[in-house]
Amino acid sequence: MSALLSVTDAHVAYGKVEAVRSVSLEVGQNQIVTIVGANGAGKTTLLSAIMGILPLKGRVAFAGHDLARLDIEDRVAMGLGLVPEHRELFVTMNVEDNLELGAFRIERSKAKASMERVYTLFPRLKERRKQLAGTLSGGEQQMLAMGRALMGEPKLLMLDEPSLGLAPIIVADIFRIVTELRASGVSVLLVEQNAQAALKIADQAYVMELGEFVLSGKASDIAANERVAASYLGFQHEGASVL
Amino acid sequence: MNTTIMLFLVQDGITNGAIYALLGLALVLVFAVTRVILIPQGEFVTYGALTYASLAAGQMPGTAKLALALGIGAFAFDLFVARKALHGRLILRSFLTNVVLPAIVLALTIYFAAQKPPVAICIALSLVIVAMIGLYLYRVAFQPLAHTSVLVLLIASVGVHLALQGLGLLFFGAEGQRGPAVLSGSFTAGALRFTGQSLTVYGITIAFIVGLWLFFGLTLYGKALRATAVNRLGARLAGIRTTLSGQIAFLLASVIGALSGIMIVPITTLYYDSGFLIGLKGFVAAIIGGLVSYPLTAIAALFVGIVEAFSSFYASNYKEVIVFMLLIPVLLLRSLAAPAVEEEKD
Repeated sequence: MSALLSVTDAHVAYGKVEAVRSVSLEVGQNQIVTIVGANGAGKTTLLSAIMGILPLKGRVAFAGHDLARLDIEDRVAMGLGLVPEHRELFVTMNVEDNLELGAFRIERSKAKASMERVYTLFPRLKERRKQLAGTLSGGEQQMLAMGRALMGEPKLLMLDEPSLGLAPIIVADIFRIVTELRASGVSVLLVEQNAQAALKIADQAYVMELGEFVLSGKASDIAANERVAASYLGFQHEGASVL
Repeated sequence: MNTTIMLFLVQDGITNGAIYALLGLALVLVFAVTRVILIPQGEFVTYGALTYASLAAGQMPGTAKLALALGIGAFAFDLFVARKALHGRLILRSFLTNVVLPAIVLALTIYFAAQKPPVAICIALSLVIVAMIGLYLYRVAFQPLAHTSVLVLLIASVGVHLALQGLGLLFFGAEGQRGPAVLSGSFTAGALRFTGQSLTVYGITIAFIVGLWLFFGLTLYGKALRATAVNRLGARLAGIRTTLSGQIAFLLASVIGALSGIMIVPITTLYYDSGFLIGLKGFVAAIIGGLVSYPLTAIAALFVGIVEAFSSFYASNYKEVIVFMLLIPVLLLRSLAAPAVEEEKD
């Protein structure tokens, strides 16, 4: 079976500075794939380029179609969703309006059902549905951003640092929901600094450093890798040698 | 000054202020959604007014031809952009909205212009013609620049204003025109005399503001427009095309402009270049509202109208100067209250 998303030899540059160099990655159906790496490694840049926000040199194919020359909106229509790091909510509008707009391209009758699904996934949002998005707490805003993206019925949801700045209990909640998404047939490409949590739920993993992938493989193998453990998981094995 | 004169001036000011309010709201809307400062708003006023007056006088307005020409231009742009992946449905849709529609309207205009149509048909035709001009103008002049800075968009806006004003002179000549009142007759209440026309102005303004409020609050497209204004990237990620929002914003702005023109032209003689000053007063109100606040803009517009009425009574030579001077304290206060903001980059 061919991969849902496949990126081949991608380069992304800001002017003359290449932030992402020769990166290839695949996300299969019903998979959680994570990209871990330090701040500034180029993870966000890569996601933005896959979404079409930044220009990308190389090949990106989604569900068998080449994405070159397609706008952000076309990619959304094809089933690619991004929850950006800064969430980009409609802060002066209420929760329900934010969600409704997430389903802008979807038939109205289907959108109603989608909203019920999102409310079951995030009961907190239902409680707050008449509240302005800008007045929500950080965790609720993250839930709303995810909910809005899910309203567009994506086949692949890309999450950029969903745990950033959130309390551990909410992070656990969000990671639990990500695994539920996989169970319901949505693939996830997860970018995280919190490598430990991300590797725990992911199937495949890539480790990114200074714009390049330095390691890739099954998430459990990556988690067991000594160098990754030393650099990203916050503990050092006895006598670990750097790879 | 006695109370009768004062009441009369306030009434006059509110009538004008209502129109400035509509124009100001349109400016705020267009700026929020597309970042274009819509200088040609005044030309929409002129075109609406003079198209209406020409039709009512049984003359053929050149604006109908301009709409077709711009439509063909818009169609050409659509073809050029889609040249790599032309497919039938897209071309057909673009052809229908950009070429067939203005062609039909042109034919109707030629047909009706010959036989002095009733007021309702004049209004409908004028609104449709100016609405199309607004829509195609966005496609031709602003959509290709949508990613550039506010300054570039402003310069394009000034260019469009100058071009439309020149074309206005060509279409309508240097002579001023007046149109028939939408509602004739009048009645008096105490010392005040209300004409049918001023009641029309109040009625239409209130109906339009309520209509806009419902559109933005309740409909999906209205919410999408607000979403684009609040967060452009967020809107795109939700699948809302910036160009769609831009088109709706320009459509609304041109309809509002034309409607204002149709409401003014029975009260005052309008020339091909009168719209600019009228639009600028809406702009003053929009600036007082910080180009973001709709309620503040509407209130400021009424204030501008009243100040204008009083200054034309006391110092009619200076009435424009006095109105535009209102900006100086506002800008001073705003610059003191808010630190310099770097221009948004996106």
